[in-house]
Amino acid sequence: MRVAGKGLINREKTLNFKFDGRSYKGFEGDTVASALLASGEKVFGRSFKYHRPRGVLTAGSEEPNALITVGQGAFQDPNVRATTQEIFEGLITRSQNNWPNLQYDILSVNDLFSNFLGAGFYYKTFMWPKSFWEKIYEPFIRRAAGLGALSGLHNSDTYEKAYAFCDLLIIGGGPSGLMAAKIAAEAGLDVILAEQEPIFGGRLNSETEKVDGILGSDWVAKIIEELKELDNVRLFLRTTVTGVYDQGTFAAVERVGHHLPDRGNDRPLECFWRFVAKNSILAAGAIERAIAFPNNDRPGIMAASAVRTYLNRFGVSPGRSIALFCNNNTAHNTAKDLLESGINIAAIIDSREDSKTDLDVPFYNGAEVSNTFGRQGLNSIIVKKNNTESKIEVDCLAVSGGWNPTLHLTCHMNGRPTWDEKILSFVPENGVIPNMAVVGAANGLMDTHSCFASAQKEVGLIIKASGKTAKTKRLPKTEITKYEISPKWSVDGKGRAWLDYQNDVTVKDIQQSVQENFKSVEHMKRYTTQGMAIDQGKNSNVASLAILADATGRGIPETGTTTFRPPFVPVSIAAMGKNAQGIGFAPQRYTTSHVASVDRGAPMVEAGLWYRPSYFPEVGETNWRQSCDREIEMVRTNVGVCDVSTLGKIDIQGPDAHRLLDFVYTNMFSTLKVGKVRYGLMLREDGHVMDDGTTAHLAENHYVMTTTTAAAGQVMRHLDFVHQCLHPEWDLGFISVTEQWAQFSIAGPKSQELINAVLDKPISSETFPFMSCASVGILGEAGRLFRISFSGEHGYEIAVPARFGESLFRLLVSRAEEIGGGPYGMEALNILRIEKGFITHAEIHGRITAFDLGMQRMISEKKDCIGKTSASRPGLLDSEREQLIALKPVGSVKQIVAGAHLFDLNDEPVRENDRGYVTSVGFSPTFGHFIGLGFFKGGQARLGEQIKMVDHLRGIETECEIVNTVSFDPKGDRLRD
Amino acid sequence: MRIPCPICGERDRREFYYVGDAEIVNRPSPDASEDLWNDYLHNRENPAGVTKDLWYHESGCNSWLIVTRNTVTHEVESAELTVDIKGDLS
Repeated sequence: MRVAGKGLINREKTLNFKFDGRSYKGFEGDTVASALLASGEKVFGRSFKYHRPRGVLTAGSEEPNALITVGQGAFQDPNVRATTQEIFEGLITRSQNNWPNLQYDILSVNDLFSNFLGAGFYYKTFMWPKSFWEKIYEPFIRRAAGLGALSGLHNSDTYEKAYAFCDLLIIGGGPSGLMAAKIAAEAGLDVILAEQEPIFGGRLNSETEKVDGILGSDWVAKIIEELKELDNVRLFLRTTVTGVYDQGTFAAVERVGHHLPDRGNDRPLECFWRFVAKNSILAAGAIERAIAFPNNDRPGIMAASAVRTYLNRFGVSPGRSIALFCNNNTAHNTAKDLLESGINIAAIIDSREDSKTDLDVPFYNGAEVSNTFGRQGLNSIIVKKNNTESKIEVDCLAVSGGWNPTLHLTCHMNGRPTWDEKILSFVPENGVIPNMAVVGAANGLMDTHSCFASAQKEVGLIIKASGKTAKTKRLPKTEITKYEISPKWSVDGKGRAWLDYQNDVTVKDIQQSVQENFKSVEHMKRYTTQGMAIDQGKNSNVASLAILADATGRGIPETGTTTFRPPFVPVSIAAMGKNAQGIGFAPQRYTTSHVASVDRGAPMVEAGLWYRPSYFPEVGETNWRQSCDREIEMVRTNVGVCDVSTLGKIDIQGPDAHRLLDFVYTNMFSTLKVGKVRYGLMLREDGHVMDDGTTAHLAENHYVMTTTTAAAGQVMRHLDFVHQCLHPEWDLGFISVTEQWAQFSIAGPKSQELINAVLDKPISSETFPFMSCASVGILGEAGRLFRISFSGEHGYEIAVPARFGESLFRLLVSRAEEIGGGPYGMEALNILRIEKGFITHAEIHGRITAFDLGMQRMISEKKDCIGKTSASRPGLLDSEREQLIALKPVGSVKQIVAGAHLFDLNDEPVRENDRGYVTSVGFSPTFGHFIGLGFFKGGQARLGEQIKMVDHLRGIETECEIVNTVSFDPKGDRLRD
Repeated sequence: MRIPCPICGERDRREFYYVGDAEIVNRPSPDASEDLWNDYLHNRENPAGVTKDLWYHESGCNSWLIVTRNTVTHEVESAELTVDIKGDLS
């Protein structure tokens, strides 16, 4: 219910939203949790395993119970904490993990069988029979597992990723963080202040404490106004720092649009930040923990600090008659604040024998809550003192088992927190994150004055180290209160005492884990699933360690903690993977002829990041084979044009350029004359083939190397390695010019006729023989011409600056069509090269050598080169190695399939008899049958023999003959013509 | 992780291509022993502590760098251009 005169909500602005189909009202500034509590709702969700009705436990991102689904259809967002979701007009939410509804949930039958479903139930039960696993157990577990669900539909919500840099990142905008930000900003540091709530202030918004004589939340507003005046502070609200990484890198998620009814076009739903900070201050505060007493999970049982938050920040009382159960003095403020607002306090039960109160309420010191009642909401508790039990009627019980510093981020780089006996909790180890200071409650300081003082001290050191001077000297005045706590982890008694609410882990589960010898904290966690839910045990881990320590007879420090890992709160994959959906998954590289190719109806295929035309369909052609066969015949009898700009092009210049070429290629390049092109083979240092391509000697000390499309990046890296790491003394430079030049292959008997149509000065076979190159004029522009061929035909490659690429392509194609030619695509290009036995990366797959390709003679005897020494190892020259062969079908089955394996004709086609495999295949219209390339053990000596190809997957078996790898024009007359 | 490229300044590690032990800048001569070549090709130290390894600023200035870092503390001590310290790898 609402409490008049309380809270930081805007009562002028009423907002309507829905929960489970029913309409509710709240005020601007409310969360779903505060608005539902104000409307008297108790049950927010069902627990994971036993489907117990659960209410809201906390008021923050650590909430284990009140998980809801926000939005609907494709936009639904599951497992949102109702305690963090701000309401807005038209917000639609619903509860989770129940059927048919929140009040009557069929699977709550699990609760009746809980004796059989304890820790380790899955491990013990779903073991046998083995055959049940796939059909019965797994589908059952999958149906029962998980809380909220995704829609399975494409979600068009937008996300963003960004970087930000600063001198000082302050994590947490509570009293410590604000004080640090103010001092640092006034000293001139570049500051980022990140706060996960929608308002700054932290606990100051939840308490009635005064700072400098004014209400804490008013002091916060004043500081924020001051900080907004400074342009060296960036204030981030709704931003959770989720991970800490090396060299001052932090991950953070900003919930940019979750609180807006309409984000417009320019706001993403979330932004995933990488903050890079020279220094950081962790001021993340502390999280209150519960006490494990029997039936402590009933709706209406809440953290004492959360009750104060709902009262002081939201103006909501979670009950009409409230009791308090605690083991420390901070929780007494809950009773005090409620009383001042006129709410009935039914009892304060403080487990400390010597505790006192000034409040005029029934007070039980040295007492405990030993049981509770009320299935759909708390209605009474049993208080036990000196073995006397009394029943008290309440509809809300505020519980405090003390505070745990929020030190999770300090553990992300292997830091191990240490046990502090004074506050009965873990505190961060000093200096575990380089250049990070931990201040305030996150460092175990549980009063506002100490928070301010520690912030001032630590930020002062950072300011000094940065060579600046702190201006703020005086700390605001606060009441100084001492945090007093005595151990109280659990209460014995009938009924289950819950630790991890979301995963339904009880005290008994932990004791059972110890009985079954899962005694290490990491084993206990996995055996019981303690701390493995969405909240990662933020409320329950320390208490469960205490129970584990008790059950094993060890102390808590020796028991240790489990490892906190990123992310601190769940981060949506969509935010981290922004832009990686669909078309954004990888960059797309287009050639200059892309539009012209698409205009002609060419289907585009991916080649790495590039898109290349598969084939160019003509009217009447109904499948790709018709187009492909026609294009091959066109090239073999006429002329074809193909964009080959995707091949890597590296411009190499300098007096020592030839030394580099001699060293990276197996064959000799220093003898290559100006105006000539040579084919080269490149090895890795381990003797295997890296890449192949041609290099043209354009002018004195000036070469252009081409690489395959696939290996362009690798070769560039390799050349840089050779030059910078092995031979920095060589005088040369090189740069990738792949995107600066558009290059087209012109192949076929009429290629010279076509090329002369665009050249300023015509060439002839005499003036420009095979393997020539030259700078040429192309329709008045400076270009390059190479007489090389990947098809086996008389051919050229013509290159122009990329800006002329599209017009040259369109011109070449139209001129080609006038003489019976046209464009050809990747399918035809592939068959043409297989007919010639030219290799691609289907063959150069990383495990083959020059020897395997029959190119051993290309490793020059006259010089050293990368890979030469290794390539001479006996194992790489073994005659039984798999060697390049070509295949043609000779039996009744005519199909050759890529990826199929090769066997001797009379061998059974089993793994032990495997002699090789097929790498490239295609139907050759030139020969009228399939042809293939592949590797076969000792294959070069088996020319003319019959073997068999077996594709076990498709069930194809083909008798083949090993033929010359150069099927078409073996002597190369057509190339040289 | 951030690497202080001598040319570009401190940059995110995503801009770099990682190779491994910087020893591979010391290529044996072609007539070196088989053992030496075997070490060069295949054997690498895996120290707990300070290590020098080779990174390539592929999305930056294309420099090959020798980065001195600590595998235990994750500290990056320095990054130097291989062309500057070639032959002086201690």
